[in-house]
Parts: sequence; C-alpha cells; structure tokens
Amino acid sequence: MSVTPSSPDYILPKLKAETLASLVKKGVRLSGRALDEFRDFSVKVGYIPNADGSAFVKLGNTQVVAGVKLEVGTPYPDTPNEGTLVVSAEFVPTASPVFEPGPPDENAIELARVIDRSLREIRAIDLSKLVLVPGKKVWVVWIDIYVLDHDGNLVDASAIAVLAALLTTKIPKVVVSPEGGITVKKGEYEGELGLSRRVITVTIGKLGDVLLVDPDLEEESVLDTKIVVAVSDDGRISGIQKSGMGALTYEEVLKAMDLALRKGGELIELVSSATLKQLKEGS
Amino acid sequence: MVSTSERPRLIMEDGRRYNGRAYDELRPIRMQVGVLNNANGSALVEYGRTKVLAAVYGPREPQLKHVSIPYRAVLRCRYHMAPFSTHDRKSPAPSRREVELSKVIRESLEPVVVSEMFPRTSIDIFIEVLNADGGTRTASVTAASLALADAGIPMKDLVAGVAVGKVDGVIVLDIDEVEDMYGEADMPVAAAPSLNLITLLQLNGVLTPDEFKKSLDLALSGIRRIHEGMKETLRRRYLEVKVEE
Repeated sequence: MSVTPSSPDYILPKLKAETLASLVKKGVRLSGRALDEFRDFSVKVGYIPNADGSAFVKLGNTQVVAGVKLEVGTPYPDTPNEGTLVVSAEFVPTASPVFEPGPPDENAIELARVIDRSLREIRAIDLSKLVLVPGKKVWVVWIDIYVLDHDGNLVDASAIAVLAALLTTKIPKVVVSPEGGITVKKGEYEGELGLSRRVITVTIGKLGDVLLVDPDLEEESVLDTKIVVAVSDDGRISGIQKSGMGALTYEEVLKAMDLALRKGGELIELVSSATLKQLKEGS
Repeated sequence: MVSTSERPRLIMEDGRRYNGRAYDELRPIRMQVGVLNNANGSALVEYGRTKVLAAVYGPREPQLKHVSIPYRAVLRCRYHMAPFSTHDRKSPAPSRREVELSKVIRESLEPVVVSEMFPRTSIDIFIEVLNADGGTRTASVTAASLALADAGIPMKDLVAGVAVGKVDGVIVLDIDEVEDMYGEADMPVAAAPSLNLITLLQLNGVLTPDEFKKSLDLALSGIRRIHEGMKETLRRRYLEVKVEE
C-alpha cells in the first residue's frame, strides 16, 4: 500500500525554503548553480574488486555504488536464447536518518525499476550475446545499486554509476563440459560485456513554474514534483517517470523533455570519458 | 489469445490495428459508479476486456495513528491484481510492479484531491484488477477518480488515464495486452484536463522526441474523451435521484 509520506526525507527550515523558492524564480539556486546545471560528479570504476563491473559515484554529496555481477542461470521460457537482466536498489541506512533497515520500500523499488526500464527495451545490453547453452544456460546480469549517502537525485547518481559499471564489466571465463555442465573460472575473464547503447537519466524538478536539473536534497524537499527522463546516446528517449505528488502542464513536459535530451547527451559523454580515462590509466 | 511463438503483425495492410481499431480509436469503455454497498464510493471501469474495480473508504480515522498528518488527509492507495486476472495465475502477494504502480497511481490523484479539508484522516483507495488486458494502471486511475467522486470527496478535477503505444512503428491509442507485449513502446498517461495538468507519465520503451510529442498529444485527446464519459457517468448516477413533486 502506498501512503502519502508523513515525514519527509529532509525538513528545510521555512526561512530557507522561502529564500530558495524566491531565488529560483529569478533563475538562481542556493548552491549557485544554473537551473540547467548538474552538480560536479566523480566516478571511480573498479571500486569493488569482487564484482565483474563496478563504479563509485559522487554526485555532489550523494554517494552511490553500482555493482554488476554475472552468474550462470536459466533463461526465461519466452526468451530461451537471451541472457537475463535484474536491477535492484538498496537505500542503505548509512545514507539518511530516515532510511530504515529492511526490504526495499516503494522508493527503492521505483528507482530500480526506472533504471531497469531505461536499459531494457532499448537493449543497451545485447542479451542475445549472453547465451552459454542455448535454451538452457545463460548469463544473468545482476545490477545492484547501493545508495550510501543521500543528498538528493538518487536516480541520476544511480544511472551514472550503472553506466560506468556496465562500461567496465567483464564476462567471466567458463568451461562448458560435454554434458553441458558449466564451471566458472574465478577471477579470469573472457572479454568485455560491451554496451550496444549508452543510456543515462536526467531528473528535472518542478518548483512553481520553474524547471531545474539535478535537484539536491534541499531542493527536493520543496519541489512540487519531478520527472525522470532516460536518454540514449543516439538522442532517443528510453524511459520516463513522473515521480512525486504534484503535476506538470503539457508545456512543462515538453520543455523538460528538451532539457533532458540536451543534458543527457552531455552527461553520457562526461561519464564515458571519465570511465575510459580510468580504464586506460589502470591498464 | 497470447501465443508465445511468433510475433504477430500488429498493423494490417489497410492501416488498421490487429484488433480492427483505427490508430486513434479507444476500446469500448464502460463506467459505472456506486457498485459496492459498503464502500463510501466505488466504480467499475472496463477498457475493452480490461476490468478494474475501485473502492474508496474515508475520509476516516487512520488505521495506524502514526501515518496521520496534522494539516491534511493522507491518501493510501493499493493497486492489486486478482490471481485470476492474468493468463497464468498471479500470486496474490504484492509484486514489485504492484508496489510501484500503487505509488504512481496515488501520485496521479494527489494533485486533485482537496486533502487539506480533512486533517488527520485517511482516504483509502483500493483497486482490484479483475481482468487484465493492457492499460490496467490507467483504467485504475480512471476508476479511482470516479470512486473518489462517488464518495463525495472534493476534487479540483477528475483524472482520466489512457496508455498510448508504438506498434510496428505507428503511434496508437489505448493499447491492449498484445500491443503492449509485442509493441516497441508503452506510455501510460493520466491527466486532469480542466486544469491542464499531467499527473501520471511513464514510458517503457523507446521513442524519438517527435514520436514522444505525437504520443502525448494522442494520449491527451483520448483522456479528454474519457473525461467526458466520466462526467456523464456521474451526472447520470445523480440525476436518477430526483426529488418527487
């Protein structure tokens, strides 16, 4: 059951909330950022040596780890010749005073499903390449998103971490016996997972009639609503989610879409180059 | 109906859809309010073979004290699929999908319910998908909105929902399960047309920016038609209660 939240993620002092709202109308944000400006971010790939691909991302003060693991599993009956993809998210209690231990709540589930959808239909990962024994054994790509510190815009921080992790994911080496048995060679790799499409999300907050990109926690606490747009490297839209209590006008939706497509293209390039640079330095 | 083998052709040579509909044609939509005795408000909504029941209880004292808010009512919303509503039996335990949909449906209604009129209370919306043939979340928004109105809860507008999709490269209105399963994109939309507010927007699939605008326009035209039907449904229900001379 979904219930109107009675205790927000963060309570902004009224004076600050009013200042924030009146400044935003003039196009100024408390942080000094422009309305269409992301916070600075850093990416550290290979952060989790035991994962087959991983990235630690700081977007402002929001911290997220994405870990990718490949395991041998069985395909779904309707797609016998494709690997499978599972995306989960945990809002770890380290991240915020309001996060409690326990199974993922609706916000964590929503985040994981938004990231999942952004990758799935556009076939960002070519699952047909992940077949070991057709119809019987395939790779399962587990993407686990770990939110460590919450300073707003968890979705985009997660999308950055997932993109960087996937760009560095390797496929483990396996030995297939004549009987069809599969042994995974621990720590040995066959090659790169590779991405057919690079995808990112851009979250846009609405406050009054102003749209702003990458809201931080203070801003999120006073926003009317948010819209998350998944953008691919060929300029298409691969997912949308209006998230939050309020609503947007038709004109605002179209404006948000233009903004997301522009910022998304830039962000994909920034994440890719930061990732590739580290890969080169590492090898 | 749904075969797991070959992908069917969805747009025929004459440009019509596999189900005989035109690209901008809704399924036959049936709406009924006041279908339950105990609930304060209720509605049964059918989009073709999709059949959804919504019940509203409240405003009432919250079942759990700690969820109440001092200056407004809380909305509680559960979207649930009956075990027999799908082709393969669905476990009645809530799935991740149902958890997410309960949230986006609640958030599609929050902007219109005048919750400030009922502080410290709870308005409970229970949605049961009885038969699923695509578009269940959008039919749920329509049903929930009608049930809220039937319960006499003040709202700024009625919210109506419909899903648009891209099938065989064509943008079509009110997709059914086959079009959703084999199509390239599914975009559920809900809006309060009199307020010009979009209250639910999701996209699963891939669209170019131009296709997105076309899809949104098509969805809003469908929503306006459904919205008219909703008003008519409520008008008829209450016109029947005439004061005798």
